[in-house]
Amino acid sequence: MASDLVGQPTPGGIDLQPGVTSLRHDAIFFHNVILLPIITAITIFVLILLAWVMIKFNKRANPVPAKFTHNTTLEVAWTLIPVLILMVIAIFSFRLLFAYNDMPKPDVTVKAVGYQWYWGYEYPDHKIGEFVSNVLPEDQSKAEGRPFRLAATEPLVVPVNKVVRVQVTAADVIHAFAVPAFGIITDAVPGRLNETWFKAEKTGVYYGNCRELCGVDHAFMPIEVRVVTQEEFDAWVASKGGSKPGAAPAPSVTSASAAADAGQPAAASAVNPAAPAPATPEPKAPASAPAATSTPAPTAPAAK
Amino acid sequence: MAHAAAHDHHDHDHKPSFFVRWFFSTNHKDIGTLYIIFAIIAGIIGGALSGLIRLELAEPGIQLFKEGTWLAQLGLIDASKHGYNVVVTGHALIMVFFVVMPATMGGFGNWFVPLMIGAPDMAFPRMNNISFWLLMAAFSLLVLSMFVDGGPGRGFGGGWTAYPPLSTSGHTGPSMDLAILSLHLAGASSILGSINFITTIFNMRAPGMTLHRMPLFAWGVLITAFLLLLSLPVLAGAITMLLTDRNFNTHFFNAAGGGDPVMYQHLFWFFGHPEVYIMILPGFGIISHIVSTFSRKPVFGYLAMAYAMVAIGFIGFVVWAHHMYTVGMGIELRAYFVAATMVIAVPTGVKIFSWIATMWGGSIEFKVPMLWAIGFIFLFTVGGVTGVVLANAGIDYSLHDTYYVVAHFHYVLSLGAVFSIFAGFYYWFEKMWGVKYNEILGALHFWITFVGVNLIFFPQHFLGLQGMPRRYIDYPEAFTLWNQVSTWGYFVTIIGVGVFLLLLLEAAVRRRKAEANPWGEGATTLEWTLPSPPPFHQFNELPVVKPDTH
Repeated sequence: MASDLVGQPTPGGIDLQPGVTSLRHDAIFFHNVILLPIITAITIFVLILLAWVMIKFNKRANPVPAKFTHNTTLEVAWTLIPVLILMVIAIFSFRLLFAYNDMPKPDVTVKAVGYQWYWGYEYPDHKIGEFVSNVLPEDQSKAEGRPFRLAATEPLVVPVNKVVRVQVTAADVIHAFAVPAFGIITDAVPGRLNETWFKAEKTGVYYGNCRELCGVDHAFMPIEVRVVTQEEFDAWVASKGGSKPGAAPAPSVTSASAAADAGQPAAASAVNPAAPAPATPEPKAPASAPAATSTPAPTAPAAK
Repeated sequence: MAHAAAHDHHDHDHKPSFFVRWFFSTNHKDIGTLYIIFAIIAGIIGGALSGLIRLELAEPGIQLFKEGTWLAQLGLIDASKHGYNVVVTGHALIMVFFVVMPATMGGFGNWFVPLMIGAPDMAFPRMNNISFWLLMAAFSLLVLSMFVDGGPGRGFGGGWTAYPPLSTSGHTGPSMDLAILSLHLAGASSILGSINFITTIFNMRAPGMTLHRMPLFAWGVLITAFLLLLSLPVLAGAITMLLTDRNFNTHFFNAAGGGDPVMYQHLFWFFGHPEVYIMILPGFGIISHIVSTFSRKPVFGYLAMAYAMVAIGFIGFVVWAHHMYTVGMGIELRAYFVAATMVIAVPTGVKIFSWIATMWGGSIEFKVPMLWAIGFIFLFTVGGVTGVVLANAGIDYSLHDTYYVVAHFHYVLSLGAVFSIFAGFYYWFEKMWGVKYNEILGALHFWITFVGVNLIFFPQHFLGLQGMPRRYIDYPEAFTLWNQVSTWGYFVTIIGVGVFLLLLLEAAVRRRKAEANPWGEGATTLEWTLPSPPPFHQFNELPVVKPDTH
């Protein structure tokens, strides 16, 4: 529906959330134009057949039952026609699946680490060490007018129209990194580095969730992705104390990002992504430190 | 012994005393009855757990699973976010292992496979007894596991799939160990039952009843028994490795020790996918008999129906990783599982169309079992086509672990398997209990349930498309509307359950005498040649089956 919200679910919505990546557009096309009409037609066809036999061949309308038990033509037809329908579906299905697999050369690499129950994000190429993203508390969400259970304390910030590679893993149990507007989901498995990618076409805020049961606060580790312009992204990277990929090691920290820098080592030491299963005492504790000290993303666009 | 045997022969309806009859039972009909009573009780418990889920999800925020609610005062289940996960896990395990399987295989399988193939009893009556009591032990362990420490709180809250590390390092308490042992015992029970069914069907068919003249329900049970026999040992292995990972420092599924958590998922779904066909194949058989009986017409394409089930069972073993498109498998592997999964739609389509062709040209009577059977055909079609959608990995990336999946598997199980169970229950009601049920209450039960379950599960497609994840205690505000509708549907369904219990009570009080064959000429299988209820020992002289028009 045209009126659907972008990047988050629409109240009372009944269809796929609109997408901002070519993969999600293809997936929506595949679902709305190929699959949904086919399955609706099949269901209605079966319903009509059932209604027809109930009307035409009930005891009153047809007191003497026929005794036939075979019709070779029909049996061949209802075996072969479904095969043909499935082959049509398969053409689109494989095209989409292989499109997911063909990641272009990535412009930005992000590492997302699932913890019980928050996400840690790291930009290895930008030399931004891991920072923690928690669910934004209810009162704060209300105060800021952001959707509770979707908004996060620290967003994942990425540039628009750039190929973003997301490397996903987990530190304790299995989680899953899923953002519907990008049409992506990848399991975060301890000891494995999974990979997915997206190229967002529009700036804006896009929400996702953890989608693999991970324990008590499974419902409270949302993913918030802010897609910003390249300039805004560069400014954000600088504010996080990072550098451009390939640039000389860590430029001198400007006074503007001193606060962020101060918060950084605390977060990095609290959550160690190298250890496969670190004990994570007080998961909320490391979260509050960088959240309170880091500079907010500059002028996150409200445009959808 | 010789004396006892001779005694039985002369007085063949002599029943043992109550305790011996029901606790040491070796009679296939009595054991079937025990299974059915057990499935009804477990179904009420599992249904109550789903009620807690629906009450919690009635609106955003945490309503029920927190301090100070009636649930907290009741104290049975942790009133916490962990308690919610325990309830979700318990609901799934109970419904799969202790409701659907005992009803279809244990209940109807035990009751009607010997009757339909013209056998005096099952091949191994004592093993049949131990199958039932192992299941009781398994159920006790599972219920017990909900009340002991799990780690994050009382009970195991890692889902019925029990993926490690959440089921190992994520749940350190003894609860998960009890759940594992429960599944071991339930699996042993099913394996023994399967051996019994396979032996009975291969060796004890009446003279003249070739496999190709065997009723389709017996076919369904035979194929299901093979699926159980081949898949359950894999589950047993997987959960044994979980057990040793948990207790003896092995590292089968521990990445830090060189193991692989994803390996468990492969093993689990190698069992788990055949398991969903285990739950539905006996139902396929039941539906074929009912459709044929009430259309007064033989089953259309009998051989195609039988071999479609064989094909479904076979393909069911080679599609397991379609549950795992997101774990990071290679592209070729994913492409293979997409293709293999879609193939299942073909034999399933053959079955749907053959049922309709059986009705075509018939003289249909809309008795209660037929209502459930027609409801089954339609609802299973809905669940089947959403399965075709989910088979596509490209779409699964948008729907994986959302309510779309929940809606899909409840349409094939809660609305498919359960409708086939009720269809069979009403079809054989007089045969099993020797009394008639009230036709109006039966029809009322069907219609209320039909409306209720559709209200529960159809809106969940919308929630899934919009991206609501499964197994969430709380959800963003935008998902409120369809969750509310779903919860209303639950209350409608509960009224249906009330009507069902009322029907049982009414039939028990009124005790209208049953007929040997209440359905007339359409009911052609051997159980209808016996009185209702059948004698304690039947077919002392084996019936001879002649070729018919199949």
